[in-house]
Order: sequence, then structure tokens, then C-alpha cells
Amino acid sequence: MIQGVQLDLISEERLARLTAMEKIRLILDEVMAGNIVVLEKGLSPEESSKLIEMTMMEINPDGFSGIEMETYPARSASGGFFARLFGNREPTSRLTVIGPANQLKMLRKERDLISAWVSSR
Amino acid sequence: MDILTKARKRFSRFLRVFFKKRRSRIGIYGPPNAGKTTLANRIVRDWTGDALGPVSEIPHETRRARRKEDVTISNANGDSIVIDIVDTPGVTTKIDYHEFTEYGIEKEDAVKRAREATEGVAEAMHWLREDIDGVIYMLDATLDPFAQVNIMMVGIIESRNLPVVIVANKIDLPDAAPGRIKSAFPQHPVISISGLEGTNVDELYEKMIEFFG
Repeated sequence: MIQGVQLDLISEERLARLTAMEKIRLILDEVMAGNIVVLEKGLSPEESSKLIEMTMMEINPDGFSGIEMETYPARSASGGFFARLFGNREPTSRLTVIGPANQLKMLRKERDLISAWVSSR
Repeated sequence: MDILTKARKRFSRFLRVFFKKRRSRIGIYGPPNAGKTTLANRIVRDWTGDALGPVSEIPHETRRARRKEDVTISNANGDSIVIDIVDTPGVTTKIDYHEFTEYGIEKEDAVKRAREATEGVAEAMHWLREDIDGVIYMLDATLDPFAQVNIMMVGIIESRNLPVVIVANKIDLPDAAPGRIKSAFPQHPVISISGLEGTNVDELYEKMIEFFG
């Protein structure tokens, strides 16, 4: 049988239909099954925070050891006068790749380039 | 700081006084082994004479958030702040107990340490969401600042509109490159220090008074 790794590319439209918890559950279920998930648009800071917490709850010895996740540094929203006045300068999230920590390794990362290595289990 | 940021700070300070808000809680955040507890101990020792917790070269030595109340930091001009310092467990997206066995820890203890570390990370995130008013984000200046956990954490802190001072730590080491950290996070003040040797911590105290006051 050919060895390989499943890669799921999830569109921005599909992500937009999911609630925060649905997104996180989808990501963790896929990654815990050994798949790599690529999100066309990354998670919001609040979702990232919850993903870290949920990931910690799923870690177990000799099983799932967590996630590797890479995204480009966020672009700051331009923010006009009122956005600056009221502190509404949430950055835009960008393409994100997430996989099992023991299978996805980052080789090189810059502001505009992510190079990663994926191994099968 | 631009005029709008100053105005927003003055307004929030007014609201804090007006509504008799509690002291600010300043969380020391960052990835494991960035020197968070070393800095927390230095701040607490410099201004109260106590210490907060043990330090170790083994990652995740701090697995519970620790708080020191009523730390008064002042400068020569008479400006001062009274804050609670919260030393938090290092934030990461992965924890493997094998990492600890490499330091000579027995498997059973390593598994226990890993479990406590996962709880500690979740606890640190909870503090950030609920109970923190300002952040010192610690980075090891010898490492790549573009690591994903740093990008995520700074994004989370920014989304909560928390004042943040980024600390480029370990400048006593020959590989330290604090300039990389400044270019990675140009939107925030970056102070280069050696928490271990105490180099430049006075500049950090000045920035804390300015940003967290």
C-alpha cells in the first residue's frame, strides 16, 4: 500500500459557516487522525487561544503530543481614525497550516514564505 | 506612543480611578525557557525582597501561574506604579514527555510533568482571557522570534487591547540578536535585557511605569 499523508484544504467560505468551536473540533479531529489541515483563512486570536487550550486537553502520553501550526505574520488592519481611537485594530488572519507535532516540521519561515516538511506516521 | 494612544490610556486610567478598579495585574508571558521566572524573581526581589519561584534549564519548570501582589516600581522622577506580577507557565502548542526524559527525568515523573505542563498552559491562557491587564512578553533573543506561538500570542494580546512590552532576554549570550525581535514586532516597544545578570532592567522598569501606569 502506498504510504501517504492526507491533506485537507478548507476554503474561507466553508470556515465562515462554522462556529469557533466547530472549527476547533474539526481541526483537532483531523490532526489527531494524522492529517494536515490547510485553512485558506486563519483563526481569529480568540479562536487561536481556544485552540491552544483544547489542544492541551487532548495531549496524552505515547499518543497525541500536540499540534504544529504555521501562518504568516498577520497584516495589521489599516484602521482609520475611529478604529485607532477605539482601539479596533484587529489584524487580518492569513493562510494557516496545522498538523500533528510529530509529523509536521517547519523548515523555514519568513514574513512571506513558509517551508515545511511532512512525514507519514 | 501617538497622541491617540496616550489619550486612550489617560481615559482608561480615569475610568480605573473613577470606578476604583483593582491594581493592574501584569502577566509575564512567553514560550518555555524564555526566562520568565528569572525576570519575575528579579522584579519581585528588586522591589519587595522576595522571590516568586524556582528556575531550571528543563522546560516547563513553572507549571502553575504564581502571583505576587502589591509590587511598587518607581523611578528617579518620583513616578511609580503598584502592580501584581503574575509569572505564567510557558505557552506552547505541543508537549511530549520524552522531552523531559532527555534531561534524565524518569518516565513516570516525566509523564506527570507533561500532564502538569498541559494544565499550566491552559491555565495561562485562562488568566490572559480573564484576569490580566497588561503583558510583558518574554522572548529568548538567541531564538527565531517568528515562531508560531509568538505570532499567535502577540495577536491574542493585541486583540484584547492589552498594553504589552516585549522583552528580548538573554542578551548576555553570544548568539543573542535582539534586532530580529525588534523587526518582528515593530508595533510594540522592545527592551533588551539579561534577566540573569540584571543588564538593562532599569530601562524595562521605566517602560513598565510608562505603559502600565
